Amino acid sequence: MSQQKSQKKPVLEVKDLRVYYETPKGDVLAVDGISFDLYQGETLGLVGESGSGKSTAAMGILQLTVPPGRIAGGQVSLDGQSLLDLPEDKLREYRWVQLALIPQGAMNSLNPTMKVSDQIRDVILAHEGAKAKNGLKERVLELLSTVGLPGRVYDLYPHELSGGMKQRACIAMAIALNPTVIVADEATSALDVVVQRVVAQTMLKVKEKLGVSMIMIGHDMGLMAQMVDRIAVMYAGKIVEIAPVRDMFADPKHPYSELLIDSVPSLKERKPLKITEGITHDPRNPPPGCIFQLRCPFVMDVCRKDAPPMQEVKPDQFVACHLYQANEDGSFIDVRDVVRNT
Amino acid sequence: MSEMLLEIRNASKIYKQRAAGGVSRDVIALQDFNLSIPKSPASIITIAGESGSGKTTLAQLVLGFTHLSSGQIIFDGQDISNADAHQMKDYRHQVQAVFQDPFGVYNPFYRVEHVFSTVISNFKLANSQASRRSLIETALNIVGLHGDDVLRKYPHQLSGGQRQRIMMARAYMISPKLIVADEPVSMVDASLRASILDVMIRLKEEIGISFLYITHDLSTAYQIGDQIYILYQGTIAEKGNTIKVIDEPKHPYVQLLVDSVPVPDPDVKWVGEINLPSDEEMRMSVNSGCRFYPRCPARMDRCLTAQPPLYKIDEVDHDASCYLYDQNEIAVVKNNP
Repeated sequence: MSQQKSQKKPVLEVKDLRVYYETPKGDVLAVDGISFDLYQGETLGLVGESGSGKSTAAMGILQLTVPPGRIAGGQVSLDGQSLLDLPEDKLREYRWVQLALIPQGAMNSLNPTMKVSDQIRDVILAHEGAKAKNGLKERVLELLSTVGLPGRVYDLYPHELSGGMKQRACIAMAIALNPTVIVADEATSALDVVVQRVVAQTMLKVKEKLGVSMIMIGHDMGLMAQMVDRIAVMYAGKIVEIAPVRDMFADPKHPYSELLIDSVPSLKERKPLKITEGITHDPRNPPPGCIFQLRCPFVMDVCRKDAPPMQEVKPDQFVACHLYQANEDGSFIDVRDVVRNT
Repeated sequence: MSEMLLEIRNASKIYKQRAAGGVSRDVIALQDFNLSIPKSPASIITIAGESGSGKTTLAQLVLGFTHLSSGQIIFDGQDISNADAHQMKDYRHQVQAVFQDPFGVYNPFYRVEHVFSTVISNFKLANSQASRRSLIETALNIVGLHGDDVLRKYPHQLSGGQRQRIMMARAYMISPKLIVADEPVSMVDASLRASILDVMIRLKEEIGISFLYITHDLSTAYQIGDQIYILYQGTIAEKGNTIKVIDEPKHPYVQLLVDSVPVPDPDVKWVGEINLPSDEEMRMSVNSGCRFYPRCPARMDRCLTAQPPLYKIDEVDHDASCYLYDQNEIAVVKNNP
C-alpha cells in the first residue's frame, strides 16, 4: 500500500505552510507549519473546529491571504511549480485554470445582477480570451448539465434559484476550466440535509468524471466519511493526524481525532454526551510542546516540553503524538498499552 | 386548571407576500398545527424540518413575536393571543428563549454581567447585591461556568459554546416552565454541542423545565429529545416518540430525510440519487393536497385532492400524515397485491 502511494505523484505539495495574522499583541499563528501531499484524483478532507485554521490554510494554498494575514513561510507547489515565488500576474494563470475554489457560502458569492450563464461565461472568457467565444453557449450548457442543472438555468438570475441550485452553479463555475485541484471550503454546510446530499453527490460525480483532485474543508465528520479518501485533522494551526478515511474512523490515533469522531451525534443509538471545551490557549502564545496538551486526557510530562514529530504509525497513517513510540524494528507501540500491562 | 403546560390548537400562520405588479400571494407558513406539552413530567419536544418548513414561525408564535392568523395558543389555561400587557409579562416569565446566533444576541459593548443584571432588574428577581450575586452564580454553575471566569469578560472573549451556555443560564435564572430553543447548537462547533445539549437535559431532569427544541438536525434531537414533530412546508409530516420516528420513519419525506443524514462511517454510503424539483414545482401543490406530492416517490392520485390527516402508526405515540397509512388504503393494497 505504502509503495503504491510512493509511486503516485502528488499534484499539490504543501510543505511547512505558515499563515499568521498580525495583531497589536503579536501574531496569531493561525496555520503553523502544515505539510501534506494531494494525489491525482484524490479527495482530501481537512477537518477541525472553528479557529483551527482550516479556512486560513485553504486561502494560503490559493495565495489569497489578505492582510492582516500573511504567509510567513513554507512551500506550496502545484505540479512541481512553486506558487509562492510567482508574481501576481503569473499567479492569475494558475488560479481557476489549475486551482479552483468553491468558497464558504458559495451561493452568496454569485453576482445578483448577472445571469448565471453570464457569470460562467465571464470566467471562461477572462482566462481563455475571445477565442473561446465559439461554442461558448454549448460549453456552458454542458457544464450546467454536468452539475445536474436543467438547461433553463442558463437564462436565470441567482435569486430565481434555490440554495442547492446556486451551490451547484458555483461548482459548475469551479470546473469550467478543467482545473487540476478544487478547494471546497464548507461547500455544503449551509444547506438542508436533503439538499446537502444532492450537492455532495453532484460533487462526487463531477470529481469522478473529471478526475480532478479535491481538498474538502469542513467540520461535519459524517459528511467527510461519505466524501473523502483521506482525512487531515487540524488543531490550533497544526495537522495532528492524517490518514485514509477508513483507518481514521476505525482506529483514530490522536486523542483529538478520537474526540472529534466521538462528538458526532449518532442516529443509531443514544449515547451519553461527550463534553469538551474549545481551543483553550491563546493562539498568539501556543504552549511549548504539544499543541493539544491542555485538553488531552492522556497528557504526559514530555508533551509539555517537546512538540511531537509526525510519525507513520501504520501504513499511510501519520500522527503527531507522544503516545506512540517507535520500536527498534520500526513498529509502534501505544504507551497506554505499556502502562496498562505493567 | 389545565393539565397541559402549552397547547397549540389548529394554529395557522399566513404571510401575505406582494409580488411585482401588485399581485399578492399567500405564503402558508404553518397550517392547522396542533401540539401539546404536558405540565409534568418535563419533556424536550423537538420541532424539526428543513428551511421553510415553518419551524421558526412556530417559535416566534409561541414567543409572542408574531400573531396567529387562526387558531389558539394556550399556556397554562390562558390564551396568549388576548393576553394584556401584564399577563404577557407574566408569560415571558414562564416562557423564555434561547436563539440560534450566540454572536448576535450579545451587545458587544457590555460585559457578560450586563446580560444578567438586565433580567434581574426587569423581572425584579433580587432585592440585594448579595442575592443578586448568588442568583447569577447558581445559574452559571448549572451550565458549568463560574462567575469569576466569565462575568467581567466581553462577549468576544468567550467561545460560541460558552456564550450559548450563558444564554441558557440567563433563561434558567428567570425560572421559566418552558424554554423555546431555536437552533441553539447549529452555529456552535460540533465538538462543543454536547455541552449545550447536556445543559438542556439537566434543566429538564433536575429543574423540570420543558423545552421546545427547534432544529434541522435530527441527530441531536435523537440524542436528547422525547417527542418529535417533523414539519414539511407548514404541516406535520410525522410525529411521535423520537426514537420510534427516527428508527422507523413512515412518511416518505421523513424516510428521505433520515436517509440523507450522512453516516459517520466510510462503509455506509448514501444509496441512490434524488432529484429535487425546482422551487416553483415544489410550491405548486401548496393549496391542495399533500405538500410533498411533487417530490414523493410513492404518490397517488388521491394525494392531490386533500391534505392527508395524521394516521396512527401505533397506538402509543407515532402518527404520520400520509395516505399510505390509511387503513382503507392498506386494505386495497392487500386485496390487489
